Amino acid sequence: MTGNASTLESEPVLSATALQKAYGATPALDGADFEIHAGETVAVMGPSGSGKSTLLHCLAGIVRPDAGVVRYRGQELSAMGDAERSALRREEFGFVFQFGQLVPELTCLENVALPLRLAGARRRDAEQRAARWLERLEVAELGRKRPGEVSGGQGQRVAVARALVAEPRVVFADEPTGALDSLNGERVMQLLSAAARETRAAVVLVTHEARVAAYSDREVVVRDGRTRTNVSADVR
Amino acid sequence: MTIGHTLLGLLESGPRHGYDLKRAFDERFGHDRPLHYGQVYSTMARLLKNGLVEVDGVEPGGGPERKRYAITDAGLTDVEQWLASPEKPEPYLHNTLYTKVVLALLTDRSAQNILDTQRAEHLRLMRELTRRKLDGDFADQLICDHALFHLEADLRWLELTAARLDQLRAEVTA
Repeated sequence: MTGNASTLESEPVLSATALQKAYGATPALDGADFEIHAGETVAVMGPSGSGKSTLLHCLAGIVRPDAGVVRYRGQELSAMGDAERSALRREEFGFVFQFGQLVPELTCLENVALPLRLAGARRRDAEQRAARWLERLEVAELGRKRPGEVSGGQGQRVAVARALVAEPRVVFADEPTGALDSLNGERVMQLLSAAARETRAAVVLVTHEARVAAYSDREVVVRDGRTRTNVSADVR
Repeated sequence: MTIGHTLLGLLESGPRHGYDLKRAFDERFGHDRPLHYGQVYSTMARLLKNGLVEVDGVEPGGGPERKRYAITDAGLTDVEQWLASPEKPEPYLHNTLYTKVVLALLTDRSAQNILDTQRAEHLRLMRELTRRKLDGDFADQLICDHALFHLEADLRWLELTAARLDQLRAEVTA
């Protein structure tokens, strides 16, 4: 629910063309295309093993495709060095995964402040901003607790706060509600959508759940490593 | 939904005029389909005839909208029985989409495209309902969630069928 055609910028913030990626002899992507604009939420759907997560990893610069091009704000990711791509992931991208993304030794507040600290912010400033994000995600009271002491739904809200605290231009969410019950999943999606809308972040949302995908502006279906965006009504 | 039972239920809290009943119904249950005045009066006439309501008073000015209705003991029993009876689950066995998929396979058209087109249409409606849910009140949320869960079930069927198309093709063209 974050964007519409009239408010989107004409150039995509992130795009991919003809991506190919194989793990050994197993092809994961076989000519996948993708684009997303600022303020837009795009759901990436498809059966298990179709290549959804590989597409996300290539888009985020976590995995290098065997062929094809990923561009972030016009710049080719493959032309960047490892350090440059790491900096990009740290400063411009935010991540929410299904499981295990919080650092267990840190408190929830420190977890949320982490991206700011890594970007060089002073501890006090970083934690003040982190506290505001925890509040926004309705888990202000969890600041001093460690991830092992909070429920799955609470932990996921902390993870969303951490993904958004540095106000990234792109948020990658891989099955963000996959481990939650309906009520918690619903609330996490509402909060994620609202926060992304406010910060004009683009959200790449990998999900197999249609009710989660319904929070997006449009969907891209991945099947056998290929993407399918527009479906023709012609059945011949 | 049984309009008669719903109107009877609304009368349990005290007698009401026809227009008052319509307003109460629309506010709580008529989100997409408000009642016509004609429906209210024909329903009240039937309930009256069956002894489930009685006229509690008539305001001067005439016309059916001036009547005030009250629920009778028989009406109370009727509502209670209706509430206590489970609704018959919809069997969902008459599926046009299944017919389309089989026909596509029989005539060598793309069944996959039929499923994909339907998936896109389902998701379009799901987006619309999600937007309405986010902008709406709590009642809207519950009503939209009910629809969303059903649409999600349809989508799961679409996905499962897409994964079984080869098997289905072999069966129908054997």
